Amino acid sequence: MDLTTLIFKTVFLIIILMVTLIVAMYSTYGERKVAAFMQDRRGPNRAGLFGLLQPLADGVKMFMKEEIIPLTANRKLFIIGPSIAMTTALLTGVVIPWGGTLTIGGHEFSLQIADLNIGILYVFAMVSIGVYGIMIGGWASNNKYALLGAIRAASQMISYELAMGMSIIALVLTTGSLSLHDIVAQQHGMHWNIFYQPLGFLIFLTCAFAETNRAPFDLPECETELIGGYHTEYSSMKLGFYLFAEYINMFISSAVVATLYFGGYNMPFIDGLGLSQNTVTLLGTGFFFIKIFSMIFLFMWIRWTLPRFRYDQLMNMGWKGLIPLGIFNILATGIYYFFTELK
Amino acid sequence: MQTLTNRSVVASDKKMTILEWIYIPAIIKGMSITIRHFFRKKTTISYPEQKREFSKVYRGQHVLKRDDEGRERCTACGLCAVACPAEAITMKAAERKPGEEHLYREEKYAEIYEINMLRCIFCGDCEDACPKEAIFLTDRIVESQYKRKPFIYGKDILVEAMDLRIDISARQTEAVYQFKLDKRFAHNK
Amino acid sequence: MILLFYLLSAIMIICALAVVFSKNPINNVIYLIVCFLAMAGHYILLNAQFLAVVHIIVYTGAIMVLFLFVIMLLNLNKAIILRKSTVTRVSAVITGGVFFLVLLAATRQTFEIHARYPFASDFGLVSGIGKVLFSEFLLPFEISSILFISAMVGALMFGKKDV
Repeated sequence: MDLTTLIFKTVFLIIILMVTLIVAMYSTYGERKVAAFMQDRRGPNRAGLFGLLQPLADGVKMFMKEEIIPLTANRKLFIIGPSIAMTTALLTGVVIPWGGTLTIGGHEFSLQIADLNIGILYVFAMVSIGVYGIMIGGWASNNKYALLGAIRAASQMISYELAMGMSIIALVLTTGSLSLHDIVAQQHGMHWNIFYQPLGFLIFLTCAFAETNRAPFDLPECETELIGGYHTEYSSMKLGFYLFAEYINMFISSAVVATLYFGGYNMPFIDGLGLSQNTVTLLGTGFFFIKIFSMIFLFMWIRWTLPRFRYDQLMNMGWKGLIPLGIFNILATGIYYFFTELK
Repeated sequence: MQTLTNRSVVASDKKMTILEWIYIPAIIKGMSITIRHFFRKKTTISYPEQKREFSKVYRGQHVLKRDDEGRERCTACGLCAVACPAEAITMKAAERKPGEEHLYREEKYAEIYEINMLRCIFCGDCEDACPKEAIFLTDRIVESQYKRKPFIYGKDILVEAMDLRIDISARQTEAVYQFKLDKRFAHNK
Repeated sequence: MILLFYLLSAIMIICALAVVFSKNPINNVIYLIVCFLAMAGHYILLNAQFLAVVHIIVYTGAIMVLFLFVIMLLNLNKAIILRKSTVTRVSAVITGGVFFLVLLAATRQTFEIHARYPFASDFGLVSGIGKVLFSEFLLPFEISSILFISAMVGALMFGKKDV
């Protein structure tokens, strides 16, 4: 790797980090606006124009609040918990292809930080580590509600990871690659994977909701039963980290869904326009972000529509609904390719 | 059982059909409802800039009226305090000294007149009971406070200022006047 | 590279020792998780990205979560751990020693294996592993996958109230 690429990658990494944080920040604002609009209210509109400074005000509030660590809590783990949640949430953005290639001064730069040949699995691994943040934080609080929340989070994650894996296996059967870059490249034009894997998409989406602890699967922080769930004892910016990690996860999983099923940065009908390489790349990145924001909106839309699952319903759906469906999907995809590819 | 509305649905345990079991139609139905609300006109009234239209006879914060020459009308007769169902009104009467004729209309006046706004239920009975046309409810909103003490309004708040007379014509109509003259409804039988 | 190797090895050994010597079960599990993550780092150093990620998913992400889950549910504390009798201690030492011998014997053969399968840089990648799994080791691979499926169906059956 030569020096220019290294510099570009570093700059790009920082940009992606900033974008992730800003999008997550404004997701909180968006969440409140969407919630308000769906309930015939106006939402935050006092801080700045249309309330656009609300996330900053919230951040300042979080930082200024008194920091409380319970006496009976395990101090070290209590602090490590939110850090893990935040770190793993941020780590996933590395493998997502944010755009095609840019040519600056004769050098060609790919708008993807690391093109791992096992990109999907990397995302998957980060998601599975992410649960430790919740588990450790919940246990270290030394509070029964927090512990219950942590336990719920763990069992929910394990259950839905299986079904998520199943849907990904079917997807990999159709694409024939684990690299996110290749998967996006294959969906050029309108060959989006959602048309080839509609059932897999539904399973993946449901699991994505469950893995990000979003409603209707937000049982780990279910306020009607568990006060605040795993973050009952948290206050100040540590609580902020947990809440923020949730929004980062939402952004990243929206990006992953858009990459896997909606063609990533591919734009239909762009080839006929005869634009230069750089324009196409930038337009594609813009279009990718439109897709991501639509997915985030879907996340919020569903949150403010559906009621929360009961715990046994959650487990029933994961184990008896989604996993058999996932196996069926793999079988169907496999049989289809067996008969079409052999000829 | 007779239903009050035609919207009620009797719950049942019957086995769900396949279409119901996969839930997706129901989810889509729910999401279409929420998205319709998304674009609907918002019902919020942004308070300080926008104010809700009050009814003409809205009963808000009280005012102790002065007469045309600026003299306090209240004579501290105590009828309002008797009429008050929430016992929010207290007062202390005093005698008018010579030289104070421009301040008080009659020989007796209220030295202290207090309404506890936390107790007041804004029923308007004090207004009905008043034989001197002195107390009225207005369309002003009682402001919120951080402590309980400021909610006890004294004469400094209740008596209208000379240069800021409060219009109570909406509540002082001819019909109201006739009602007050009718001895059958009088509080002091 | 060499520096990274020694760093990861040091983390692994320290964490492994901490697993053995730490008294708090939750800390044990967390040290084990760090140990596994360092091991995944070793895999990446060997250019076996697939192995590394699968190791993280399966061991760190699933099995250790279950460990932590169970320990949290039981809420084991330092006070609960009982003193073991001498017989148990002696038998534990013997078992451990024998296991160590077996491990030594097994590692002695690795040089031979290394000769049979010379190190290829793309061996740990998806394609390399896939080729080996689906040609040379097809039967064991398929048998173990059937075992996994049946285990999963079995778990489902446990979950059902009325079979």
